[in-house]
This record gives sequence, C-alpha cells and structure tokens, in this order.
Amino acid sequence: MEYKLTHKEYSEALKQQKLLGLKCKDCGAVTVPPKMVCRSCASPDLEVLELKGTGRVQTFTTCNVTSEGREDEVPYHILLVELDEGAWLMGNLIGVEPEKATMEALIGKKVRMTETRVFPGDKYSAGEGASPTFVLEA
Amino acid sequence: MRKVAVVGVGETKFSGPQERTSVELFAEAAAEALAESSLKPKDIQALFLGNVLGDFSEGQGSVQAFAAENIGCFNVPANRYEGACASASMALRDAWIWVASGFYDVVLSGGVERAATMGTPLATRTFAMFSDSRYEFPSGITFPAVFAMLAHLYAAKYGIPLPKLKEQLAAVSVQSYKHGLLNPKAHLRKEVDAAAVLSSFMVSTPLQLHDCCPFSDGAAALVIASEEVAKKLTSKPVFIVGAGQASNGPMASQQDYLPRLRARELSAKRAYDMAGLKPDDIDICELHDCFSIASLIAAEGLGFFDFGTSGEAWMKGEADIGGKVAINLSGGLKAKGHPIGATGAGQVYEIAKQLRGEVEPERQVEGARIGMTDTLGGDGCTLVNMILQRGW
Repeated sequence: MEYKLTHKEYSEALKQQKLLGLKCKDCGAVTVPPKMVCRSCASPDLEVLELKGTGRVQTFTTCNVTSEGREDEVPYHILLVELDEGAWLMGNLIGVEPEKATMEALIGKKVRMTETRVFPGDKYSAGEGASPTFVLEA
Repeated sequence: MRKVAVVGVGETKFSGPQERTSVELFAEAAAEALAESSLKPKDIQALFLGNVLGDFSEGQGSVQAFAAENIGCFNVPANRYEGACASASMALRDAWIWVASGFYDVVLSGGVERAATMGTPLATRTFAMFSDSRYEFPSGITFPAVFAMLAHLYAAKYGIPLPKLKEQLAAVSVQSYKHGLLNPKAHLRKEVDAAAVLSSFMVSTPLQLHDCCPFSDGAAALVIASEEVAKKLTSKPVFIVGAGQASNGPMASQQDYLPRLRARELSAKRAYDMAGLKPDDIDICELHDCFSIASLIAAEGLGFFDFGTSGEAWMKGEADIGGKVAINLSGGLKAKGHPIGATGAGQVYEIAKQLRGEVEPERQVEGARIGMTDTLGGDGCTLVNMILQRGW
C-alpha cells in the first residue's frame, strides 16, 4: 500500500505555509495531518489536496506551564480548529493577549492560517516540528 | 474462560520525590501482596508490571526483570507495560487474560513509578510524550493543556457557563481532598476548600493548580489467581468479573466524540457486558481524575450520570458516600496521587480493600459488593476498565 503523504512531505509544505490534507475517494472525508487511511472510513484510496487553512475555533487553552526547555514560550495559546474541509487540527493561536483569550472571544470564531511556527526540536524529538499557526479573521 | 480473583494486594504510600529505587518501591508493595495471599515468591508464575518513565526518572529500562529477581521470583517471565497513565491496568488485564485462559494459575501484577522524582519540568516534558509527538508536541501541548481544552469544549458543548463549571470542578477537587485526608497512603493530605481551589495558580486556562493531580512516586501490587487456587488461599477473594480496554488516536482525530472519549465508552461497555452488569449496579468506583474535568467526563462515559450533568451530581453529593455511586474514596489521583505506571493497580488495591471492608471507617462504604476502576492513558489513547465483585 502506498503512503500518499508522508510526515516529511506534509511538514515541508507546512513550513511554506501550505496545508496539505488527504481527501478520501470513497467517503469524501478529509484527513489531516496525514495517515495511511481515511480517518473516517479507513479506505486507503486517498488523494492529496491543498486545504484553505481556514476554519472555526472549537476549543483552546492558554498555557502558563510547559515542558522542560520550552519555558521561554509561555504564555501561549493552543487551539483545535475545525477546518472548512471538516477535519479538526491542533495548532497555535497568535495575536491575542492572554487576558483576552476567553470562551466568548474565541469559541466558534473564524481563524485563518498564518506563518507556521517551527519548534526547533529537543533531545527527545527527532528533529524539528512544524505547528500550524492561526490568527482570528478580522 | 476461568474465573479469576485478586487474592492479595499491596501498596506503598504515594508521595513526592523520595529516595527509594523503583525496584525497592515495587518490592515493598509486592511483599505486602504476597503476605496477604499467603504465597511465597516461588509460587508466582509470571510478572506483569506497569512502568512508564523509568528510563527517564532513574535511567532504568526493563525494570520488570530486575523487580522480579529482586523479590525472589527468579527467572519468571516478566513483562513491562507502557500505556501512559493506564499502564498498570493494561498489565492487570493481560495478567487476568493469562490466568482466565488457563495458562497460569498464580501471577503477580502491578506497577511502579517515580514521576515526582523527575521534577515538574522533565515530568511535564515526558508526560507530553503521550500526545502525538509529530503533530501535537510542536504546538507546545502538555497534559494539562489537553484537559484544559476538553474543559472549554465541555462548557461550550453542554451550554454550561464557565464560572458555573468552575464551581462544579472545584467541588470535585474538594471531595477528593476530603477523602485523601483520611487515607494514610495518600500523597496530598490536606483540607482544601472551594475558595482555595478557585484562587490557585492558573496552570492552563481554565484549569488551576488544584484542578490538577500531582506527579507522584509509588508502587502497587496485586496477586491474582484462578478460582480454584483462590479458594484455598483466602476466604475473601475479589473476583474480576469484567474487563475492557480500547484505544484512540491523537486528540484532534477524536473530533466526532470530544469531549466524550470513545475509547472509554467502548472499554466500559466491554467490561459491563462481560460482567452482565449495568452502571446502576456499581457501588464504588475509582476513576481517572487526572484533572477535575476528567472526573466529569469519566463519570458520564461510565454511564453513572447523563452527559453534561455530572458536575451537578458532584455538587449534590451523588458521587460521594450515600449518593448514586461513591467515587474516588481513596482521594483519587488528585489527592491519593498519580505514580502513573502504578495508578491502575492502586485503584484495584483501593476497590479490593473497600469490598473487604478494610479501609478507614470514615471513608468505608458499608456493604459495598461491586466496584469498578477506570484508568485513562494520554489524551484518551488507552482506556482500561475493570469490574470487581465480592466472592463471599
């Protein structure tokens, strides 16, 4: 079975602010980040497509405590976005002050992808990692 | 499949950083469990041990083999289980399968962890390894952040204003501290009221320090045996009448179910179906309250309360002694503590002690006959449920 979109291909595209997903030819569901099969029906019959990078905030948190080696990053926001194509994606939210990150201000609001944040990696991470980064739509 | 019973239980005190090795901690728990079951180490046919982060906390891999040898179970097959915080429950479920199938008659199960020894920064880093390292960790995901996002999602999905949900979550923590205070083996033994919960440090919005369980050191051990052997060893066998396990992918992949955790609902159903029991039959439950919000999600996923209503249930005492189901009378992960590789075995220890009527009178449920455990690993990647019943 062919692995249609590898972690490396997905990450390299994401670093160029291009969000790639997999569309299922059987059920139409979109899978992102990539997996071997459709997240919904397990079909391997997938095609790569570029996603719009827009969606709505489903939930979020503002982290004040973080992992060893990343202390300089706090506070930061993590969110789960429901992309317009249907899949949920974890990423970061920027451009919102911590005290303004409330349920009323964020949940259900439209966001779009902006310049991807790249975690440079630590001794456990097998290299760097790209994180989809979002801003609120004006 | 044969009937299988827990015939001896042992547990160290759960604690902050301490100086005993993992092997020493497990030895203390195992010695207590063996003594209870009137067995010798040579009677044990295999060891099934949960241990998650020994590689990081003390540079020790394969602790199961060293632990077996250390306690005198020379050369037995010894398996280590890693399912994040559900590791010991995974180990026990496999131990149960091997005895139920007839392959073994008497085995030792349990778990050990030195999570507190690692300190908060390294513990936070290593606990984040139970989220997706490629697609979640780059965003800075932490274990509190996972449940913090579930808390906001829970409030939004069930239409509960956040201040009201926060009040409910505080009630969950206050109840756990209340019982932990009575449990000599608990890590955190102090009285904490709702005002203190709500004024504590904000870890990851909306979860504050007293919404979060501690990192703990500790070990627990369980001797399990076939019914035939159990009857010769004890007049109070605690039978494992139902067991379930299921897995989930990363958090975002669970989008169709969140804040519910699909793996828990499948695992619990398997356990209930096997036991021929319903949520209403459960007298006592030790469930996975790694965070206050996790208690609500668990109690609903196990079928004790309707979705979106368990916070109210806690406020009304329905989750305490005298309520619909008595939950986390040990103090739970919140107050008893969370030595992750041992936690599930610690839950079974507590249920067995309760069913045998052997805990402190102030937190003993009189006449409890059926108990349940619920252990969650990562952001729902592993769920294990066990149902235990008095055999006398």
